[in-house]
Amino acid sequence: MTELLTLLLLLASLPFFLAGTLGLLRFPDLYCRLHAVTKADNLGLGLVVMALLFQADSWRQIVHLLLTWLLVLVAGATVAHLIARKARDDGHQYWRR
Amino acid sequence: MIHPGPIFDLILMTTLITLAWLLLAGKDLFRAVVLFISFGLLTALAWVRLGAPDVALAEAAIGAGITGALLLVGLGKLGSAERCRRTVRPATALQRLTPAVLIAVIIPSVAVILLLELRQLKTISFGQQKLVLSLLDISGTDHPVTAVLLNFRAWDTLLEKGVLLLALTGIWSLDQAHPLFHQEPLSPVLKGLSQLYLPILIIVSGALLWQGSYAPGGAFQAGALLSAGILLAALGGRSLPSYWPGLPLRLLASCGLLVFLLVTALTLLTNELPLNYPQELAAVLILLIEIFATVAIAVILAAAVAGGHPAERHKHHSPSPEKKP
Amino acid sequence: MTIPVLYAGSGILLFFIGLHALLIRRHLLRKIIAANIMGSGVFMVFIALGARGDSAVADPVPQVMVLTGIVVSLCFTAVAIALAVRIHNLTDCTTLAADEESSID
Repeated sequence: MTELLTLLLLLASLPFFLAGTLGLLRFPDLYCRLHAVTKADNLGLGLVVMALLFQADSWRQIVHLLLTWLLVLVAGATVAHLIARKARDDGHQYWRR
Repeated sequence: MIHPGPIFDLILMTTLITLAWLLLAGKDLFRAVVLFISFGLLTALAWVRLGAPDVALAEAAIGAGITGALLLVGLGKLGSAERCRRTVRPATALQRLTPAVLIAVIIPSVAVILLLELRQLKTISFGQQKLVLSLLDISGTDHPVTAVLLNFRAWDTLLEKGVLLLALTGIWSLDQAHPLFHQEPLSPVLKGLSQLYLPILIIVSGALLWQGSYAPGGAFQAGALLSAGILLAALGGRSLPSYWPGLPLRLLASCGLLVFLLVTALTLLTNELPLNYPQELAAVLILLIEIFATVAIAVILAAAVAGGHPAERHKHHSPSPEKKP
Repeated sequence: MTIPVLYAGSGILLFFIGLHALLIRRHLLRKIIAANIMGSGVFMVFIALGARGDSAVADPVPQVMVLTGIVVSLCFTAVAIALAVRIHNLTDCTTLAADEESSID
């Protein structure tokens, strides 16, 4: 049962990583690409962490896993913010259709 | 069913080699630095695959993290343009030919010879692993890597502390610290992040240090994390290094080596063999060395990223270190 | 047994890719990165040779040597960058002075 849940959650995470990577490579401007990357970071990693929670042996490991996710979320958001801010200050153009 | 492990190894190695080639052959230097950081993280994955989690932790924290910071700061100072004064002295034929021969003939042939030699490799049932494990009881620690690092081959580690201090001396003799450490934070979000992460990094670093006595972890990894904390605090607006110009900073940077030397001297006095700890004291001595080593590594690495000696108070021409109210 | 060979072989390739770039690339920072990649290659050979045993963990002795090596290569990187910055400050160069005119574009 736990194996199945892990497998399903891992499979569910794959589209987010795939979409994030595709977006990073193909989106037209820096801001869109940043947006794409955060999907892989937040949801993709979140699903991987949830999948691994079912494999954890102890509460200690569960706390470690959740903390990892939380810290990556905070760091990822901050870095995305810093990159976007720097890009805006440098006058990067927004993409218009 | 095919086991997925080897396929993963093959993909990982292909990626690493491609990445190395791309980042070294590419034009954009900033891109090369960023790719080098990801190269370091993927290398950490390779260490995990090879059953070396201690090395993986060190690679992720030091190889990718701190080295990446060093390279980015260096790139900021140097710029990515290749500039040099042309010398008019014409190269002799020998000078012109040597690099070409080296690149075109010698490097590929040595590489091929080495790769062919790999066929000679044999499976071994154990290396020094069995020896280390059999002596683990008297080493004062339950983790084989820590036992080798701080007991069986403690000499190496002692000298390496010396190398760290020597490197810092070299850096301090060349330049003054980067103004990175005297600036307002780039953004309030970054300041918030640094306030959130600093205590976490200190706790995790302490946990890694303690964990080194029974599981992967120890002074290097803990020290690298702590130095990341110092750098993050500096980026968040605390001008930490300028809090302690002069003696305190120098003492913090050298305390790792000093305590290690002190322990060496004490062991020499008591049992005439340097770094041959008495068995009942081994655990305490190793922990003592590791605690001070962690602090020293953290301070040295952070100072290395700052890239120069701290501003002296008595020098009127240098910007005086700001004091936070 | 094939897995350590794969890693050791990759380590050898990384070393020579790094050496090649160290010789032909001109920017000092690129040379420093190249030397770091050479180091990673050497470390990979070390750990791979220590991972030939039956047990799941690699031999601790090469692990310790690589741990020390990682710190030493960091020291090298830091001093090399400080020297490069010094060269840049004094001469405004980001490469070493060239003798062979042919390779300058």
